[in-house]
Amino acid sequence: MSESVIITNELTKRFSNFTAVDAISFEVKKGEIFGFLGANGAGKTTAMRMLCGLSIPTSGRASVAGFDVYKQTEDIKRSIGYMSQKFSLYEDLTVKENMQFYGGIYGMSNKAIKQKTDYVLNTLHLENEAKKLVRSLPLGWKQKLAFSVAIFHEPSIVFLDEPTGGVDPVTRREFWNLIYEAAENGITIFVTTHYMDEAEYCNRVSIMVDGKIEALDSPTRLKQIFEAESMGEVFLKLARKAVRSE
Amino acid sequence: MKQFISFVKKEFYHIGRDRRTLFILLVMPIVQIIIFGFALTNEVKNSSIAVLDQANDVGTRSIIAELDASNYFTVQKNLNSYKEVESEFKKGKIKMVIVFPQNFATDIKHFNKAQIQFITDASDPNLANTMNSYASNIIMDYQNRINQDLKLPYRIKTEYRMLYNAQLKGAYSFVPGVMSMVLMLICTMMTAITIVKEKELGTMEVMLVSPVQPLKIVIAKAVPYLLLSTINITTILLLSVFVLDVPINGSIILLVSEAILFTLTSLALGLLISTVTDSQQTAMFISLTGMFLPTVMLSGFMFPIENMPLPLQIISNIVPAKWFYFIVKSVMIKGVGLASVWRETLILVAMTGFFLLLSIKKFKIRLA
Repeated sequence: MSESVIITNELTKRFSNFTAVDAISFEVKKGEIFGFLGANGAGKTTAMRMLCGLSIPTSGRASVAGFDVYKQTEDIKRSIGYMSQKFSLYEDLTVKENMQFYGGIYGMSNKAIKQKTDYVLNTLHLENEAKKLVRSLPLGWKQKLAFSVAIFHEPSIVFLDEPTGGVDPVTRREFWNLIYEAAENGITIFVTTHYMDEAEYCNRVSIMVDGKIEALDSPTRLKQIFEAESMGEVFLKLARKAVRSE
Repeated sequence: MKQFISFVKKEFYHIGRDRRTLFILLVMPIVQIIIFGFALTNEVKNSSIAVLDQANDVGTRSIIAELDASNYFTVQKNLNSYKEVESEFKKGKIKMVIVFPQNFATDIKHFNKAQIQFITDASDPNLANTMNSYASNIIMDYQNRINQDLKLPYRIKTEYRMLYNAQLKGAYSFVPGVMSMVLMLICTMMTAITIVKEKELGTMEVMLVSPVQPLKIVIAKAVPYLLLSTINITTILLLSVFVLDVPINGSIILLVSEAILFTLTSLALGLLISTVTDSQQTAMFISLTGMFLPTVMLSGFMFPIENMPLPLQIISNIVPAKWFYFIVKSVMIKGVGLASVWRETLILVAMTGFFLLLSIKKFKIRLA
């Protein structure tokens, strides 16, 4: 495969006497779909915040899209997209206005915004909804739109924090088709999830327990190593070892 | 700059889409000015009074005519006996009864002395006091007139002038009050709510992951409210000049700049509230109890600060509205210039700076 876009080495975050993230080391390749799993309180969110430039690590090294997480957080922010479980769209703005806004804050030119808006509306078949408030769209559509907005400025990496909470399996499958398409276009996908069927869709999966990465490999290999039928079983075997909970 | 404009545009969409809130924000000052101007007034206007005139002579009749002719009183009823006095008060309409004894005119002529009794409904003590003094003044005027030709040997005459507000109009004190209230409410509460709303929705997180600097986010949020406040300042001033006849004696530019300064103070306060809360309800609660009530109670607009117990007087100093109220009153009513209010202006500037620094610091701590 090609070069690594996320590299961490012994990355650690401590809050007074509590070690949220304990010396994690991993690499994510360009265009890879990387699943970041862990029970609640395992340290996923803290690790992700450090990679997004929202939180300064206590120790260790990490670079995202070639930029250092200590010194170049502004450059990191420019090169990544982000979508959280709460979607991140403004419900009282129209579909089009949302895209214009996100394009605007990433400093895209008006022309680029217009082209990209047309492209997204076209691929999502939302041409007729362009002037409707996001509030009026069904949940599944909102999620797909939120993902398209997160990669609107063509970042090299997109972080998805439990993006498919609360939607039905069919919509989830459609959502994942969008993710595959983005990955094919060279965007690296870093995704956290609670759904084990989604873990199967990833190229590689890491499982965090108590702030440490306990397993990291492709879903097929992980199932072999842990002699499990499914990723769910792998996850349970690991998560049971956890000492701390929420 | 492009980022900033996109942001401001978005804020205007938010405000524009929420028609109901926008309506309230623009109409509230008008309603408040009208309520305070015409309903909540402690001036005495055309109060209903009754007369028990046991003399019914030239003197009493001309006094009654004068009372009735004044703007303050309307003589509603002539009573026939003392018994009726209390039953009239109990009916509630009559606020004051004026009693003339028999032989009023003869008493004046022969004994140089006559008596009049005022009986007032003191269930509203302020009103009763005001009516007493108005009625006394009218009678005093009458007495001076009939004594015109006489030279009394000794006489001390007090003459008083009410400076800046000769007619003792309530509007002179509540216009500055309403202005501080409205600005405080809109700016503090709305800024706090709009920022906390983004936290609740999760969009704030997305903003923070984006390359926009937090300071820009915050300023962009403040811009539309600054504009709304300017509209409100204009409405309040227009209404007070043209509807309530409150003059603007000082410089309009100074007045408007001070109002914008106070708007900034309120915005900074709203920002500070938004950094310490995570829910819209908490933000609203803090703004209302922590900001709005002190503004009404401790700014001197409803209750004079001089009459408060010392601890409250000291606390009133940290209420920004107290200083703004003083400034507006001085500039608008007394017509003074910056030279007389620079101290208060400086206090507001310092408060604004302090709130801003504190909230930026808090904002950063939350990011780490």
